[in-house]
Amino acid sequence: MKKICMIVMFLAAGMLAFAAPPKMPRYRFENFTTSNGLPDNHVYSVLVDGERIWAGTENGLAVYENHAWKTYTTKDDLAHRAVLSLALDKRTGDVWAGTMGGLSRISGGRIDSFTQLNSGLSNDVVYGVSVEGENVWVATAAGACRLDLHTDQWTLYNERNTPMIEIWVYGVSATPTKVYYAVWGSGILEYDQKTGRWDKYEDPDGETEMVLFKDQGLIHEITTSVSYVDDILWAATYFGDSRYDGRYWHNFLTKDSGLPSNFTNFIKGVDAQRAWFCTDKGLAYYDGVNWAVYRPSLKDGKPEMTVRDADGNVTPVAVTTAPAHNYILGIDFQGDDIWVATAKGLSHGIRQQQ
Amino acid sequence: MSQRIRTWCGAGLAVMAAALLTFAFWFAINHPVRADESDMQDYASPLEVLLSPDGARIYALCQQSEEVRVLDAASFAVIKNIAVGRVPRGFSLSASGDRLFVTNSWDDTLSVIDTGTLAVIATWPVGAEPSSVVEDRAGKRLFVANRISSNVVVLDAQTGVEEKRLIAGRGASYLTPSPDGSRLYATHIFPNPSPHRTAPESEITVIDTARAVVVDRMPLHAIAGVFHLAFSPDGRLGAVAEYHPKNLVPLAHLEHGGAFADTLTLFGADVGKMVEVPLDELERYASQPFGVAIAPDKSRIYVTCGGSEMVTVVDVPRLLRFIHTHPSPYTQDLSASSNYVVTRIAVGHNPRGLTLSRDGRKLFVANRLDDTISVIDTRTNRVASTIALAGPKTLSVLRKGEQAFYTARFSFQGQIGCATCHIDSTFDGLTWDLEPDGFGRDIVDNKMLEGVKGTEPYKWNGGNPNLPTECGPRTEKYFWRSENYDDRTLTDLVLYVRGLAPRPNRWRLPGGELTPAQERGKALFERSQDKFGKPIPESNRCSYCHSGPKGTNQKISDVGTRKPTDNSGLLKAAPLTSIALTAPYLHDGSARSLEEIWTLYNPDDKHGRTNDLTKDELNDLIEYLRTR
Repeated sequence: MKKICMIVMFLAAGMLAFAAPPKMPRYRFENFTTSNGLPDNHVYSVLVDGERIWAGTENGLAVYENHAWKTYTTKDDLAHRAVLSLALDKRTGDVWAGTMGGLSRISGGRIDSFTQLNSGLSNDVVYGVSVEGENVWVATAAGACRLDLHTDQWTLYNERNTPMIEIWVYGVSATPTKVYYAVWGSGILEYDQKTGRWDKYEDPDGETEMVLFKDQGLIHEITTSVSYVDDILWAATYFGDSRYDGRYWHNFLTKDSGLPSNFTNFIKGVDAQRAWFCTDKGLAYYDGVNWAVYRPSLKDGKPEMTVRDADGNVTPVAVTTAPAHNYILGIDFQGDDIWVATAKGLSHGIRQQQ
Repeated sequence: MSQRIRTWCGAGLAVMAAALLTFAFWFAINHPVRADESDMQDYASPLEVLLSPDGARIYALCQQSEEVRVLDAASFAVIKNIAVGRVPRGFSLSASGDRLFVTNSWDDTLSVIDTGTLAVIATWPVGAEPSSVVEDRAGKRLFVANRISSNVVVLDAQTGVEEKRLIAGRGASYLTPSPDGSRLYATHIFPNPSPHRTAPESEITVIDTARAVVVDRMPLHAIAGVFHLAFSPDGRLGAVAEYHPKNLVPLAHLEHGGAFADTLTLFGADVGKMVEVPLDELERYASQPFGVAIAPDKSRIYVTCGGSEMVTVVDVPRLLRFIHTHPSPYTQDLSASSNYVVTRIAVGHNPRGLTLSRDGRKLFVANRLDDTISVIDTRTNRVASTIALAGPKTLSVLRKGEQAFYTARFSFQGQIGCATCHIDSTFDGLTWDLEPDGFGRDIVDNKMLEGVKGTEPYKWNGGNPNLPTECGPRTEKYFWRSENYDDRTLTDLVLYVRGLAPRPNRWRLPGGELTPAQERGKALFERSQDKFGKPIPESNRCSYCHSGPKGTNQKISDVGTRKPTDNSGLLKAAPLTSIALTAPYLHDGSARSLEEIWTLYNPDDKHGRTNDLTKDELNDLIEYLRTR
């Protein structure tokens, strides 16, 4: 009997050893810090603009072009040194930067800044910004707002004219059909571009610390980020993440997914199936079935990549590079490459052939 | 006794005569003959001029008659007058020459003219106050500079469908393609916003025509008012006409060249780093430079000077030699231009647009307030002929007043005219330190003139009881520092200024209805109770001081905006006409936006009760104000 058990264990170990993990994208990370041109290591946001990379740091807005960094500061009329969010107007090439002191537009090198004192902006702390058509949608610490670039009119959205309970708005994702706001403590607000109506998604169990009804709605009220792509809403909270297809919710928690942490700062959908999750314990990629996590090891700081398959099997992948830090704040895509904002530097993930 | 009677009678007659003269002057001011808008419509007022690609036709853009007049370039005979939209401001030919595009600045449209049939074949909506238009070389896109919306609208050149809007400088007005067509250069007439009492900042907005995106903004430091730009055919030399105001020092030194420098900024491979060069010379100022053309052989630059009523001719080799051998800056150097300005050619009243024949031998200049086109022989630098456009043969009082408004001949050494600060009869977006209040005292924002009739007293402090005082003694003494107007000229000028009608308001819906936000703002404007139910004293309601159709009760009050540099806090309630256009705000221009009037400069609620308002309510109030 003992011999049989040994054989079974041996076979099982052999199967595990030789079962190939799912093929997940691999990257060689090149990291940028103050030592090679960034104005600050604390990078809140990142934006890919063709060959240019914009990094919103705690100490200015940096742009990487032709292998060199240039930094815009308040001396260049940037609204504030801390740049929390970035958005590109793809038609005009203008970049919009949400800062701790207002909203700035960078156009052809000129910066125009909008604040709560000099414009209709609802609040100077701009956590999120998204451009769609002629409208700039803004998430601030005191409500949401929209700037109509045709008329220069500001429209504010708050507890008086939307179902918003809290007014601390963390993120925004605007598309031609829907605009979604992540409202910290008030779930997700949905604006229908066609009807002009608002709707709201909240945690159905109303429990802030527990998940009583998994997959019955938004995972938590404390939403931090939204991404609407291919008619799919991806939502991040500090207590797990959600995917919503307009009818069904699917929630992600560390205990039953490949998420490295339930504390998610930022989420960005690639398409209806795939998304990136920026957590406090690493960067996670979900391909609709499998997960990959990229980070410096939480134990020893060594580069680490793990892959989790549909059955929950986690396989380490040998890597030599990792994002600059495991506290991830933002991500954007440059073809197959990724650019990652972390608390201690900006990382360029260069896709590796497998 | 009889001597005494004679003395009394003489004195009485003198008093009566004075009274009669005063009455006559008052009557003329208040009962003008034909002094209405229709009076202005009779004139052609050519603003810009073009030649057809084969040189056979002259196209004259006539602003007041609202036409494109087509003339035979050899005989100057009229071929056709083509009616376009309201107050056309700019035009250009398509890349193939088969279409002529006209921007109609007051109805926000673009007229498309078939140059074969000379008929308008399409009228397309564009941005607010379109002022210039250029088609790309491929004939795919049209670019239109819009003065009020301060942008460049990109349209499909075949359908007119708008593709996008690119942010340009404030008051975007003039577009010039590079010789190879790959870039488009946009200039603007009002300075971009900058901190209070700092040098104005302007730009040349550079657009990649293939991608239709802004790729650069060439800074023009200390410049406010940038007009036409031209390139040499090889693209190595660019020149732009501009005003260099000296508004940070007291306006007390006109005799020292202290109000404006009239300059060109040069750029391109021939120049290296951008450089600003003055056109002025002592006693021979180049007031209100506007149009620029560079000779095909790059030997000359021609600049129309609307206030000086002449064309300044610059020798390019000498100019380049000068800038390469003399370190800049020399903007203030009145001796510099003698190194490269070779002559000044007198033309008609208010010369504006100009164009060269393909061989460069003829220069055509549109004299806006003469209804003529001067044809200059560039070999002799003399006016060879003057083409008179059809129109009234006599000058109306308004026409004479407009000429007086634009000319610089009344100021000391011909340096400035009314239109130097009131660009195109509006404003300049600058703050000034005028002498009468003391140096460094009573900084004032320059105001819009449109709709000024019936808003007396004038000046921010209401110190001038009427326009004859405002435009006459005050202007003559403190601005012109020169001869006085005669009574007739002053009357003409005053009537012209009084007749300036407000341009169409772009924030009002057709039919005059208000949007929901504007309605809410109107209610706040007119409210008599604050949000806590407390009555607002009548004198502290928006609608009290800013009452009536022009938004002023014409009374003097203190709204708590006095600055340490102000001699008094007493100010006249400012009219609200076209308020959305006229930043900066408050008497000293310290508020850079309408919002700042209340977010920064109304801490004690003396400028209306506003501190109970939420941010969205303040936004509503501003949305309403924009409709005024």
